[in-house]
Order: sequence, then C-alpha cells, then structure tokens
Amino acid sequence: MAVPLAFFALFFAYPVAAIVGRGLKDGGQWQLGRLGTVLTDPDIVHVLWFTVWQAAASTGLTLLIALPGAYVFARFDFPGKQLLRAVVAVPFVLPTVVVGSAFLALVGRGGLLDELWGLRLDTSVWAILLAHVFFNYAVVVRTVGGLWGQLDPRQEEAARVLGAGRFAAWRRVTLPALGPAVAAAALMVFLFTFTSFGVVQILGGPTFSTLEVEIYRQTADFLDLPTAAVLTMIQFAAVLGVLALHAWTVRRRESALRLVDASQVARRPRGRGQWALLWGNLLIITVLLVVPLVVLVERSFAGPDGYGTIFYDSLRSAASANSTFVVAPLDALWNSLAYGAAATLIALVIGGLAAAALTLPRLRRSPSGRTPTVNRFVRGFDALLMLPLGVSAVTVGFGFLITLDKPPLDLRASWWLVPLAQALVGVPFVVRTMLPVLRAVDGRLREAAAVLGASPWRVWREVDLPMVRRAMLIAAGFAFAVSLGEFGATVFIARPDHPTLPVAVARLLGRAGELNYGQAMALSTILMVVCAGALLVLERIRINHPGEF
Amino acid sequence: MTARAETTAPDLLRLDGVTVRFGSADRPALDSVDLDVAAHEIVCVLGPSGSGKSTLLRVVAGLQQADAGRVLLEGRDQTGVPTHRRGVGLMFQDHQLFPQRDVAGNVAFGLRIRRTARTDRDRTVAELLDLVGLPGAQRRAVASLSGGEQQRVALARALAPRPRLLMLDEPLGQLDRGLRERLVVELRRLFQELGTTVLAVTHDQGEAFALADRVVVMQEGRIAQTGTPLEVWQRPASEFVARFLGFDNVVEATVQGEAAVTPWGKVPIPNGTPDGPCRLLVRPAGVRLMPAPEGLPCRVAARTFRGTHVALLLQPSGGPQLEAACALREAPAVGERVGIAFTAQDVVVLDATEQDASNPAE
Repeated sequence: MAVPLAFFALFFAYPVAAIVGRGLKDGGQWQLGRLGTVLTDPDIVHVLWFTVWQAAASTGLTLLIALPGAYVFARFDFPGKQLLRAVVAVPFVLPTVVVGSAFLALVGRGGLLDELWGLRLDTSVWAILLAHVFFNYAVVVRTVGGLWGQLDPRQEEAARVLGAGRFAAWRRVTLPALGPAVAAAALMVFLFTFTSFGVVQILGGPTFSTLEVEIYRQTADFLDLPTAAVLTMIQFAAVLGVLALHAWTVRRRESALRLVDASQVARRPRGRGQWALLWGNLLIITVLLVVPLVVLVERSFAGPDGYGTIFYDSLRSAASANSTFVVAPLDALWNSLAYGAAATLIALVIGGLAAAALTLPRLRRSPSGRTPTVNRFVRGFDALLMLPLGVSAVTVGFGFLITLDKPPLDLRASWWLVPLAQALVGVPFVVRTMLPVLRAVDGRLREAAAVLGASPWRVWREVDLPMVRRAMLIAAGFAFAVSLGEFGATVFIARPDHPTLPVAVARLLGRAGELNYGQAMALSTILMVVCAGALLVLERIRINHPGEF
Repeated sequence: MTARAETTAPDLLRLDGVTVRFGSADRPALDSVDLDVAAHEIVCVLGPSGSGKSTLLRVVAGLQQADAGRVLLEGRDQTGVPTHRRGVGLMFQDHQLFPQRDVAGNVAFGLRIRRTARTDRDRTVAELLDLVGLPGAQRRAVASLSGGEQQRVALARALAPRPRLLMLDEPLGQLDRGLRERLVVELRRLFQELGTTVLAVTHDQGEAFALADRVVVMQEGRIAQTGTPLEVWQRPASEFVARFLGFDNVVEATVQGEAAVTPWGKVPIPNGTPDGPCRLLVRPAGVRLMPAPEGLPCRVAARTFRGTHVALLLQPSGGPQLEAACALREAPAVGERVGIAFTAQDVVVLDATEQDASNPAE
C-alpha cells in the first residue's frame, strides 16, 4: 500500500494542494473570505446546479441505454462480436474535443441532421447528454458486462425453479450480484460527466457551463487563480461527497460470486424476443456510436476538391501546417503511443498494488471484526484512488507545471512527466476494474494456497493474478485508451516539440482554416484507428487463452 | 486430560486453553479447548455443525487467530507464525482446488512453493496420484473431475509437501455413501502406511469411528468427551454425546442398589454405581423383546428396516418411547403388543452433571 500512497501524495496531492494554496494565499495569509464571495455569485451557483443535474441525467440515460447492451455482450454470441466490442470502446478513448466536434458535425448548424431534416440540437442540452452517452457507453458495457458474462447462469435458473419469473429472477439474483459493478460504472460515468470539459465547452456554447469548463476559463482566459482555486475546491468537495456515497452503497453488497468462463455462457440468441433485443441494441450502437464516428471519418476525407487524402498527406511535414507545429503532426502519433505504453505500465503497477492492498486485509481480518480502524483506513484509501477522476485535470496539469519544476524533483524536462500525469487518471480504472473480480475470488482458495506454504505475496501471484488476468487486460486497455485520449492535464505539460495526438488536434482546431480543420479530423481518425487497433489486440490476447477461468 | 510437563517427547500438536470469539456472540466458538495429538496418531473431532470443530482446524492452521490460549506444534508456540510457515496441511471441506490449474498443477503447488526440483516434483505427483487411485490424471482439468476424484486430488495436494500434521475438514462430506465407506477404509490404510499425523473433523460418527485412533466429541465449543472409538461408543460421557451418537433411550432415573427406578420401571444397572439421581441410557441392543404378558408391556409404534436388523419404536404403557433392535425374522408388526426387559451390560449411567440444557429429554 505504501507505493501507491507515495505515488498519489507526490504526483497528485502535492500539485493540487500547491495550486489551491497559490490561489487562496495572499502574501502568506489565507484569504478564506474568497470562498464566500465566489459561492454567492449567481453565475457560479448556476454553473454548480447545471453541473450536478446534467451529470445525473447523463448517468441515468447512459445506464438506461447501456445496461441492455451489457446484457447483449455478456450473454449473446453473434458474428462480429469481438469487432463490435472494440468499436463500442472507441468513443471512450477519443479526445473530448473531437467528440464535441463530431457531435457538432452531426447535430449542429450545417450538420448532417440539419441538412437532412433541419433538426438542430446544439442549442439544447440534449446534444451534451447524447455526447455523454456516446462517451460513456463503453464504461457501462465493459464494467458491468465483463462481470455479467462470468456470472453463473445456473444461479438464475435456481431462482426460476424456485418459482421466480424471468424478471423476478433477474431482479433478485443477477441484479444484486451485479450491484457493485453497476454502482462502480454509474460512479465513473457520474464523475466523468460531472467534470466534463471538452464536450461541454464545444456543445454548451455560452449557455451551458460545468465547473471544469469554468475552472479552465478562470485559469486560462481570465488568469483569475483565486476563483479557479475556489472552484477546484468545490469540485473536490463534491467528488468527495459522491465517493462517500458510493462507499456507503457498496459496502454491504460485495459477496463472493460464482464466476464461470464467459465463453461457456454466451450463446446465440433464441426466439423472437432475444433477436429483437440484439437488433435493438445494434441499432442503438449504430445510431449513437457509429454515425458520429462515420461523420468524423467522412470529414477527414472531404477535401476542398472533393474526397481525397490531402489532409493526411499534409500531416507528414511540419512546414505545410502553417507553422502551428515545429514537428510534423504525424510525430504526435509516436509520442502518444510511447507515452500511452509507459502510462499503462505505471498505472498497472500502481493500480495492481493498490487493488491487492485493498483485498488482502480482508483475508487477515478476523470475523470478530477486531480491526475497524484498519478497515476504515482501507476504505478511505479506496476512495482516495478515485479522486484523480474527479479532480479537475486542468488543475492537475497546471499543478504539475508549478510544483515539479524545481529540485529535488525537477521533472519538467523529463520525458516521464506526461506518462506520470496520464497514469494518474489510469490508476482508478485499473483499481475499479480489478477490485470487483479480486473481491469475488473465494477467500478459501487463498487460504488453501497459504496452508500449502505460499506467502501472502505468492498467494496473490498464484491465486489472484491468474483469476484477474482477464480483468487486468481490460484494465490495461482502459488505461492505455485513457492515456491516449487524456487532454486536460497533458495540454499543460506536453512539450511543444512532443505533442500528443489530442493536443495536436486541439491546436489544429484552435486555428481557423479548412486545412487545419481537415487535418484535425484526419488526426482524430488516426487516433480512432490506433485505439481501435490497440483494443482489438487486447481482445485477441484474451481469445488465445481460453482456459484462463 | 494429560499430565502436562512430564511427557518426555512433546506432542506433535498441543492446544492450550484456546478460545475464539466471533463478534459479540455470548458463546465463544471455542471455549478454552485443550487437546493433544501425538505423532502418527489419527484424531477425529466429532460434533454437530456449529460446535466449533472447523474453527479448531483454522486456529491450528493460523487462518484464525485465537483470542486466548496457545497452539504448539512440536513443542513450539505458533503465536504470530503465519499460516504458510506452519508446515501443516489442510484439506478443505469443498476441496478448493485451483480452477485454473490442471490436476498436476494442483498437486505440485506446495512443492513448487518449496522450490522442489522439477523432476522430483513430477515423480512425487505421479506417486501421489497412484496412491490416491488416479494414476495418469496429471493433465486433466479440475472442472472435469467428479466429486470423489476432486477429493482425491485435494488429498494428494495436501499430502505432497509432507506436512507434519494433516488436517481434514469433513473429508468425505460431499460424497455419496458407497464411495464414502470405501474411501474411509482407504484413507486409514494410507495414513497408517505413510505414518501421517492426522487431525480430522466430521459430523458423521461412522466416518469418525472408522478413521480415528481417538475420537474427540465437541459440544458448543467445548470438548465433551475424548477416547477411543470403542470407549466413546460404549460409554458416552454425557446425554449430549449419547444423543449425538444416535442413542435416544435416555431417561430420568434414581439408582437404588443394583437397579434404577425409571418411568419404564426398574432397570438393572452395572455393578458399583453409586446411589442417587442420574440420567440413564439403555442402548437399543439392551432392550430384549418377549411374549406379551411378560415384562414391561409395550405397543409397537413404528418399524424401520435397517438392513442387518429392524429398529423398533416402542410405546410403553408409562414413560417415553424407546428404541429396540431385533432380528428381521422375529420383528413384530406395527400395533402388536410385546413385553420388554433390559440387560445390564447395555445400560449406561450418564454423568448427571453434564446434562445438555439445550437438548432436553422428551
């Protein structure tokens, strides 16, 4: 537990605290009066209210649309399933800026729907909500579906035999077993949408603004650090509140589950109802997830003289991009891949250690519950790991810049600065994905290994690791994807000659001109292809080891 | 139970006042339990579920911390020694085979942890699989094994590192009867051959009696009786033990000289029993049937065929129902009237002070 703690203290708590201190301290004096001033500002109150309700609405909508999808992926076998699984995950890894642009191209002025039916949603909150669903669909499908696929269907059959109807059996047996995973997914979606940045900034216009957008505006546009610091603290407190709520709801729900091989459970749909369910979900995926991506690709090829690869060709040299870059934009691809790989490695090590630390005390805890303080500490640690998801990425990036630039820790020039920041966001994914599975491992298997002479570390390696390998691959996929798409923090710390793909896209989007816009679309398409490719490789790895469970 | 410090060689296992409490339950799961197991001895802890017998094994393995008392292995205090350094083996009730490993992977697990050379490992695995009657099963997947086969693999896995003490938690609990009866004989032969010291727990008296050199009966976290299977069977120390062994002919009695006064009339008792009130057990074999006018008149209430004999449930004119055993040919029909008499050698005077409050006589 010490390593993850140190990691978080150094690369998370310290920078954030530094930013907050800089904002609220004036000549060595705390200026807490600013809190009150900011909090009574009607504009800020409006932002707060909007942030909360759009996050709640987005979460609800995502669950409503994605839970049937999770079921379909978990229980049905159909051609092209692996490909579709990767396709579904693609939106999640796209830079928020690109998602915003894609939806603007779809539902905005002059967008596809505008051209076809004169329908525009960019002035309504629906565009934001739909973009959030687009973004987070994969979170629910992966987190919930991953576990759902491994639940033993005989449990539900037992309930059916005992007289429960199909729905009652699902509600009383499967739903409680899925509870922690659903809660974890809902929590993630809520946090992402609560701190939503790129999507809201592009689709929200002047009317809609979340806390994160406001923090960015105060920091970057108005250089009003005190207000930004107060907003950061408000967001921090809100996130703490959500996490506490989460801890409270899941605490009693975790139970040892019977896990089976997912491939033995999935079967071809039978009967009209199941086929309808499958096709319904495929339709939703197509309309909601595929169409925006297709529009994106279409734009990347739609040059001034009709379709062609002109934007792609121009990415190879730095000169043609009218001095936006000192290097060829395509170099950003290699930067992104290297950073992403390093960040994934860090996130897996730190997250794996943290998840193990969170599971092991349960093994030693006596049923008499004689260690309540330790448990409270463990739960606190659990929540702490989630914080980077909720704290403004803008703040973290800016904090990195002002704290890690002097001895003893001068990382400003270090290549590792970017992967470290990206891993910070990846760790919660690793922990959240691995923890439910780790906790579902039957404790007596660990005891059996211990009696046979395995030390606690060896027990983890021999018993837990083989069982969570699948979850770990999913976690690695997520961490890698998140690193590739990370924008808020990277934009502050990536060196100008080493941009990542999202940073390059943002730079291009920030400039006028058809060439820049087209290049941005082309780079986004490349990013999309890279992510889809990476995810497909992960799916492959899993298929090649069918005997894992 | 034993003279403590005087024994020359220390017992392989000694429990010294071990107490375990779960939560705020007023009754401890283990209540200052003292137990010794000598090297090469097979001890079977017998008791109903909830009597604390599994907790006993978990304490010895170090999976459960004792709230008081000590566990000594070969004379050394194990307090603070983690499970993996205790060098004991434990076979779990539901086997707990590692699902992601094949049979050989499971059996070799403890050897791999101890860094045994690969060739030795393979040889040991093959030997053990031969021993448990699963030769050549190395590459089989755990999921493809039947319950009995899983049990054998679990046993081989527990034996592989040659633990100084092998503990078995309901070793045959989940198997069907025929397999169980065969395996129990095999196990005893195996343990004697290997000289393994064994501490097993079970709720099945047949299993315990067939397996053990010594039986320990547990009741609500305490040891109710210790002895050889024969001793426990012949002279249950308390009403609880008697009823747990399946003897239900227990009544209130007052000893007066060579007989005891009971609701069933006068019952002859073994010589040398002191006078006074007590509880009295009459084993079914000690209930003799005779033609109707003689002895205590009874009506046959039920009749159960038990294979070698017939168990009769008799309703005497006064007092509680009692059980009798008789040969198939002589068995009376339900409703028939018979007379009974008692034989002294099958009458056991139970310690009146050890009455089980939670299990009152009918």
